[in-house]
Amino acid sequence: MRKLIIKNGIVVDPVTKTEIKRDIYIENGVIKDFPREKTIKGAETLDAKGLIVLPGLIDMHVHLREPGFEYKENIKSGMEAGVAGGFTSICCMPNTNPPNDSKSVNSFLLNKAKSINLINLFTIGAVSKGLNGASLANIGELKESGAVAISDDGNPVDDSSLMARALLYAKTFDLPVISHSEDIKLRGKGVMNEGAVSQRLGVAGIPNIAEEIAVARDVLLAKYYDARLHIAHVSTKGSVNIIRRAKKEGANITCETCPHYFTLSEDSLLNYNTNAKMNPPLRAKDDVLAIKEALLDGTIDVIASDHAPHSEDEKDTTLDDAPFGIIGLQTSLPLTLKLYREKRLTLTDIAMLMSLNPANILNLGNRGGIKNGFAGDITIVDINKKWVFTKDRIKSLSKNSPFIDMDFVGLPLYIVVNANLIKAN
Amino acid sequence: MSFDKKDLISINDLTKSDIYYFIETAKEFKKISLKDIKKVPTLRGKTVVNLFYEPSTRTRSSFEIAQKRLSADSLNISISQSSVTKGESLKDTILNLESMKPDAFIVRHHESGASYFISKITKASTINAGDGMNEHPTQCLLDIMTIMEEKSDIGSLKVAIIGDIYHSRVARSNIYGLSKLGAEIYLYGPYSLLPRFKDSRNVKIARSMEEAVKNADVIIMLRIQKERASYYFIPSIEEYRNFFKLTPNLLSLASKDVIVLHPGPVNRDVEIAGSIINENKTRILKQVENGVAVRMACLYILLGVQKN
Repeated sequence: MRKLIIKNGIVVDPVTKTEIKRDIYIENGVIKDFPREKTIKGAETLDAKGLIVLPGLIDMHVHLREPGFEYKENIKSGMEAGVAGGFTSICCMPNTNPPNDSKSVNSFLLNKAKSINLINLFTIGAVSKGLNGASLANIGELKESGAVAISDDGNPVDDSSLMARALLYAKTFDLPVISHSEDIKLRGKGVMNEGAVSQRLGVAGIPNIAEEIAVARDVLLAKYYDARLHIAHVSTKGSVNIIRRAKKEGANITCETCPHYFTLSEDSLLNYNTNAKMNPPLRAKDDVLAIKEALLDGTIDVIASDHAPHSEDEKDTTLDDAPFGIIGLQTSLPLTLKLYREKRLTLTDIAMLMSLNPANILNLGNRGGIKNGFAGDITIVDINKKWVFTKDRIKSLSKNSPFIDMDFVGLPLYIVVNANLIKAN
Repeated sequence: MSFDKKDLISINDLTKSDIYYFIETAKEFKKISLKDIKKVPTLRGKTVVNLFYEPSTRTRSSFEIAQKRLSADSLNISISQSSVTKGESLKDTILNLESMKPDAFIVRHHESGASYFISKITKASTINAGDGMNEHPTQCLLDIMTIMEEKSDIGSLKVAIIGDIYHSRVARSNIYGLSKLGAEIYLYGPYSLLPRFKDSRNVKIARSMEEAVKNADVIIMLRIQKERASYYFIPSIEEYRNFFKLTPNLLSLASKDVIVLHPGPVNRDVEIAGSIINENKTRILKQVENGVAVRMACLYILLGVQKN
């Protein structure tokens, strides 16, 4: 497909902030204004009548587990889950084995993605060598070999001095630092949110402040050093308040939340459900509300899935023993569309949160909009389609989701990426 | 022209015309080093104590040679064989040496402000030969002298200073001295090794090596210390070499009459390509030669000129 016309869809463009029924034209993977002559020779046409045309969705927080943990997920299965979730680009975190702290791992990932040739893969390199928090990774080398950000996601950077210099050093290369903000000692052996539910279940809790202390520290560091910081998976009201205030004061920070933090609360763990165990944990109802408000007022810039596959065997155990994390690529958009139906978010908001903002934060080059000259990455969604998220629909190698068998409304039907029209569902 | 301060601690102790006075004086003294008999009686009967708390090759030998050529009596305190190793404080060391009536202390110390501290407790002139990461004023003067031998007007020059600016006393003195003379200064290095606060209008932080070097008339490369990697300032020497080394390609972006300086000691192929040095594109040895003349001038101005 070198030429594609998508007809009759409602085109949502967050760059111009428009939602208009119009046709769009993609030539060699780039969005183009329609040429003056009415007929374009040799163009394929897709009728998107009754469908929503979004700029290709970008998930900036995904764990693909390759290399090292291919029994949980690999680049190909992760990409297939991305397709089914409506994503044209995904960004993988570096906590693999070996971790992505060098050119060789980074190039391996990008070359493999290229050979699979399905959707775009962008890589996030490590902050510290071996993710061990003891010395800086070769950040310039990571950028040069294609990394779009650095993060020690999963292992918070405990040492404030290392975090400070990571922010400064990364600034030299204009790379954002993505922080998994958590006071790891305060989390201790906690497995879920600390509160009435953890008390009732008799399990160790993770207090809100384990996140908030670290968010406050990282925000202060970024402000002081005037460096680019993106805070991953914000889950508490307190974190939102800290970030909101810092943004008001002009700090150069952005943040993301994940669909589960505005959908579920700690109550999901009442039956010791290991598929509702993730870090940060599902929080109290107050926090869920605060996250929704922060999405509405722009404090939160991005919705990312924190797609974290773990095998069924690993999750089929006690709450204490099970690893943190849930898959999210296929449920991210449907869960976000719930906020649209609740009239909290517009489709333009969703296009910002799931496409334009991540593209801008990670500097993904002319992505996130539907305008002449932008990459021809498109997600076409039937926002009224009723469907059930059954286990056999899951494309990931892992099935660890608290949303299995849930009814959803809204499903991506097609994506367009790298000059290919791909059926998503 | 005269200079009536007792000490030379910071390049900021000197006005613009003081700087030119020191350089003009150094030019005269440079001639002595080119003669067959390299000695004049100017500082006969003066006693100079060289107090080096830190290793030094260039600065120390250059000061000693300057003293010998001016006929001063030199005393070299070797810290490792002194009472400092028995726990004597800096203050007591100076007060005891002071009793022997020296005319000058030449001080190199690993702590910023040490030379200033000494200057306040002695009647002798104190010359700062490098204090911690603070200043190295005689290095600045010899760099200016080296530049002035090839460039007529420092006020019209673009000077790039590249590397570990944050820890460099050479960079700090050069930033103060060269900006006082009106040069436009571009600093470049990883942000973790750049100064955090702006203190001169003439100083800009470049966003890339290319921007720093482009059309530069003078490039001053600084040494990167290997131990910086262990305190998170840089990831590794390999990475430093890949992104912050002056290469022949980068050098070709500079003005065609560019001169490259380096205060030494050089880590070849870490901060600067060895080939740039081998092909005589630097003025490193010229700097060392001028170092003797500048230090003769400093000693002469502080000790030899009759003061009121």
